[in-house]
Amino acid sequence: MESMVAIRGLCKSFGPIRAVDDISFDVRRGEVLGFLGPNGAGKSTTMKMITGFLTPSAGSARICGHDVAAAPVKAKARIGYLPEGAPAYPDMTPAAFLGFIADIRRVPSADRARRIDFAVDRTQLRNVLHQPIETLSKGFKRRVGLAQAILHDPEVLILDEPTDGLDPNQKHEVRALIAELAREKATIISTHILEEVDAVCSRALIISQGRVVADGTPRELEARSRWHNAVTLILPRARLDGLRAALAGCAAVASVEDGTADAGLARVTAFPRVGANLIAELGTIGRDPAHAIEEIRVERGRLDEVFRQVTGARTSASARAAA
Amino acid sequence: MIQTLTIFRREFSGYFATPMAYVFLVIFLVFAAALTFYLGNFFERGQADLASFFMWHPWLYLFLIPAIAMRLWSEERKQGTIELFLTLPIGLGQAVLGKFLAAWAFTGVALALTFPIWITVNWLGAPDNGAILTGYAGSFLLAGGILAIGACISATTKSQVIAFVLTAAVAFVFTVSGSAIVLNFFSGWAPDWLTEAIRSFSFLTHFNAMNRGVIDIKDVFFFGSLIALFLFANAIVVDIKKAG
Ligand SMILES: Nc1ncnc2c1ncn2[C@@H]1O[C@H](COP(=O)(O)OP(=O)(O)OP(=O)(O)O)[C@@H](O)[C@H]1O
Ligand SMILES: [Mg+2]
Repeated sequence: MESMVAIRGLCKSFGPIRAVDDISFDVRRGEVLGFLGPNGAGKSTTMKMITGFLTPSAGSARICGHDVAAAPVKAKARIGYLPEGAPAYPDMTPAAFLGFIADIRRVPSADRARRIDFAVDRTQLRNVLHQPIETLSKGFKRRVGLAQAILHDPEVLILDEPTDGLDPNQKHEVRALIAELAREKATIISTHILEEVDAVCSRALIISQGRVVADGTPRELEARSRWHNAVTLILPRARLDGLRAALAGCAAVASVEDGTADAGLARVTAFPRVGANLIAELGTIGRDPAHAIEEIRVERGRLDEVFRQVTGARTSASARAAA
Repeated sequence: MIQTLTIFRREFSGYFATPMAYVFLVIFLVFAAALTFYLGNFFERGQADLASFFMWHPWLYLFLIPAIAMRLWSEERKQGTIELFLTLPIGLGQAVLGKFLAAWAFTGVALALTFPIWITVNWLGAPDNGAILTGYAGSFLLAGGILAIGACISATTKSQVIAFVLTAAVAFVFTVSGSAIVLNFFSGWAPDWLTEAIRSFSFLTHFNAMNRGVIDIKDVFFFGSLIALFLFANAIVVDIKKAG
């Protein structure tokens, strides 16, 4: 597969602040790259450099073979970009605004009406089409920004927090829209919603303090979690001690933690020893009627935990270095 | 070129989407008329010309043009729309030019709306309409010059207030450098070439020359190169700002 976005050694300094520090990656057609990281990690700054809004301090970005610095107009023509905060001209109506974008992006007049209709329908803007953008609610403003980004059917989609401020229905719609569009495009989205990564991203990049600290499919990242392949059991509270004793006797179990559950029920999670296949070992315990297990399930791993682990560790390490 | 036109259209219609355009037009027309008739002694002079009308334009423009120019880039920066604008597939030159031309056309509309005064002098007497035309041309060029300076300054800051004050100050310096007070101050002790240089950089010198009914290529060239220079600087400022 061809690489449609090629980022090499991208750096950005704002005075003494090193906002982006040597980031490299590729995004291929059909791929959705999720950009994760704590506030101030450098996600938006990276996107601003890829879209040609900021000039990098070092490094390069190529869009479909066009270097953003050397051939900015060609590169920008292939990008649909939703900037952070979804800026749009406040005194225009969505209809006028989208018309302006279609003209300036030179959408052929034969396609113009169809493309605008598509964008308006998919972001459900129909009812507010003739209302000044400044009077729209936050979520609708974001949808206008989204409509603007997909209007010209770009090959590369770069969306900075596309679902921020949307209601749950819209979040769902927008994720479905991204998933649908993404088949033919290279997509980069930034988000603070980890379930979104699972829902739409084929790959996730966690960045912290301007550097990539983790890179992989959501599954791969989850596998780095302590919770990966842990087994959670739910049983009547009265049977808890019996189960504890059984787990203690099982060689594959490294540790056991109690969770919270409903009245009368207890939740226990057993963490595996390195390399152990815990669920196979626990099968017999689970079936033993003495424990009256109501539910047994294998944990996939928790992205939020991996996120904290890879971003938090760096912060405390650098804090120590600074001290 | 098409995209310059697209930007032009959006910007130009943008003026009329807010009360700003109407406030500006009314203030301009009221002041232009009041200054002409009361301070300019339009009727008492007994002359069928528009000298007493045009003579106030440089001073009117001093505070009205910066008000138009200040929003050109500062507002985009403040609203964050500059990130959208500058990531569109357009050349920097097209962006700068489209914005400038829209603002300039808007001042052209304001000027055109002063036509009743032209009708008035033609009704009262037999003016030299050629001189009136060059007067309008001079006024339009002057407005373009101040606008270009203002556009460039507005690209440097998020704050429209700063953009306004700086533009007015620079335009003031360019204007008064041709006034008798300033020139007399210099001619007492400074070498003649310096006084002459100061005079030749003044808006007033070139504006008044065009008001006399002759279009000298020198004056047109002065305003033309002033506009070109500041629009070029405008593009450079926008580009430098991208470096953060
Ligand atoms: N124009 C600027 N001048 C100075 N510092 C800046 C500028 N823009 C960004 N920064 C700094 O760069 C760092 C990265 O900011 P960035 O906006 O990329 O973070 P982010 O990952 O998008 O965060 P968030 O999740 O809050 O959106 C921050 O420390 C920020 O303060
Ligand atoms: Mg951000």
